[in-house]
Amino acid sequence: MSAWLAQHGRALLWALRRLTVAPLSTLLSLLAISVALALPAGGQLLLRNGLQIAKSGAATPELSLFMSVDADRKAVDAIAQRLKHQEALKEFRLVSRGETLARFQARPGFAEVISALPGNPFPDAFVAVPRDDLSAAALEKLRAEFSHWPKVEQVQLDSAWARRLDALLHLGRIGVALLALMLGLGLVAITFTTIRLQVLTQLSEIEVSRLLGATDAFIGRPFYYFGTLQGLAGGAGAWLIVAAVAMAMRAPLEELAGLYEGGATLQSLTAIDVAILLGFATALGWLGTALSLGRHLRD
Amino acid sequence: MIRFEHVCRRYPPNIAALTDLSFNVEAGELVLVCGHSGAGKSTLLKLIAAIERPSSGAVLVNGQNVGALKRAGIAVLRRNLGLVFQDQKLLFDRNAFDNVMLPLAIAGYPPKEAGKRVRAALDKVGLAAREKALPVALSGGEQQRLAIARAVVGRPAILLADEPTAHLDQATAGDVAKIFRDFHQVGVAVLIASCDDTAFSNFVPRRLVLDHGKLQ
Repeated sequence: MSAWLAQHGRALLWALRRLTVAPLSTLLSLLAISVALALPAGGQLLLRNGLQIAKSGAATPELSLFMSVDADRKAVDAIAQRLKHQEALKEFRLVSRGETLARFQARPGFAEVISALPGNPFPDAFVAVPRDDLSAAALEKLRAEFSHWPKVEQVQLDSAWARRLDALLHLGRIGVALLALMLGLGLVAITFTTIRLQVLTQLSEIEVSRLLGATDAFIGRPFYYFGTLQGLAGGAGAWLIVAAVAMAMRAPLEELAGLYEGGATLQSLTAIDVAILLGFATALGWLGTALSLGRHLRD
Repeated sequence: MIRFEHVCRRYPPNIAALTDLSFNVEAGELVLVCGHSGAGKSTLLKLIAAIERPSSGAVLVNGQNVGALKRAGIAVLRRNLGLVFQDQKLLFDRNAFDNVMLPLAIAGYPPKEAGKRVRAALDKVGLAAREKALPVALSGGEQQRLAIARAVVGRPAILLADEPTAHLDQATAGDVAKIFRDFHQVGVAVLIASCDDTAFSNFVPRRLVLDHGKLQ
């Protein structure tokens, strides 16, 4: 066990030494990796904050259930009971026909028109707010379900807005995924080249080690540490970049959220996001190393 | 211990380096492989260490056909051999101690035990006081002794040395030769390839003379 630990310790020390032996070139490589990773990570953060701002604004989707004009108190109460048991809803409120009538009578120009009518033309209505995580399709399904309830004359859903938002988010997610894929490949390529250069500078040591009975695992171990450490450091750099950008954009984004009458605050990367980012960067560093060693150590 | 069975080694297009070589080396034996430059001495040692493979025939080390070994098997074989190369192959960015430590690090020795062995090996070749010195600060004879210390630090049963006294003056060559004699006396099988047998002539009991790749 101590021999195994010693071998890994030696490999790790070697990797750390190689990372610090040419600080400028290491710094430039890390900067390239950090920027490459910061773009998709920042994109993901932007999407999440955009969604939060949109959902916190006035345009939150609502379902309006209009009862038939002849619906009595009992029918209205029955619908209220049904809505109370709907898990897909965050909240709902009843807008009574009397309330609606009073509101219109208070509006200039409407009072005379309404007084000319034989009775109250407005139906009772419910305004229901669905949960934030419902997709446009789920909202549509909910609308269809409500429209079949007794004495419900019409159900209105601001689905166009919800669909648009959904489509935009979908597009954004695909864009971020493609960006992550392309820049991830870039990171693998950077690591591949860096490891190739490291192998070239260590050729004599590799040759001697082989002649003295070193296995591929022994020879490759320091390079794996180097590649994964480089990936990890690049991931940490990306985290810092995203955090710095988020800090710089906090005030303007909160101002934007305020314009939408929402109280949204800028979300930063969570601990899980950071863990995923670092894990992703480390894994890509390892992959670049494995590909490079597979190609160059065999030579 | 080492057995050559009708071994031939050819290089492209069809240059014969060794032709139909058959011999045995027993455990603890000291053998000098001599012959003029280009006779095939280095090739013979390389075949034993699986640095090269025979074109035909078989090279057996401890009953194992080294020509048929895969990468992992070759690594195990080499960890059990002591190799002194013609050009020494020292790492010039590491001091004497670290150069000798390398085979033990490869073999996975615990650091404490490895350190003791390295010091013992350096002491054996008279370099105990130079363990911190970089190879470039050592004389030719010291570099050769350092290469020998690295070869013997893993206490191999077989020691192969390719031209270990080349480019050394007579006195230094004599000192180096004595080190090989000492290892032979403790039961290590030693094969030395050399075109100049002066340093070894007093104590070598067996010679294999090569001429144009053929055993005389």
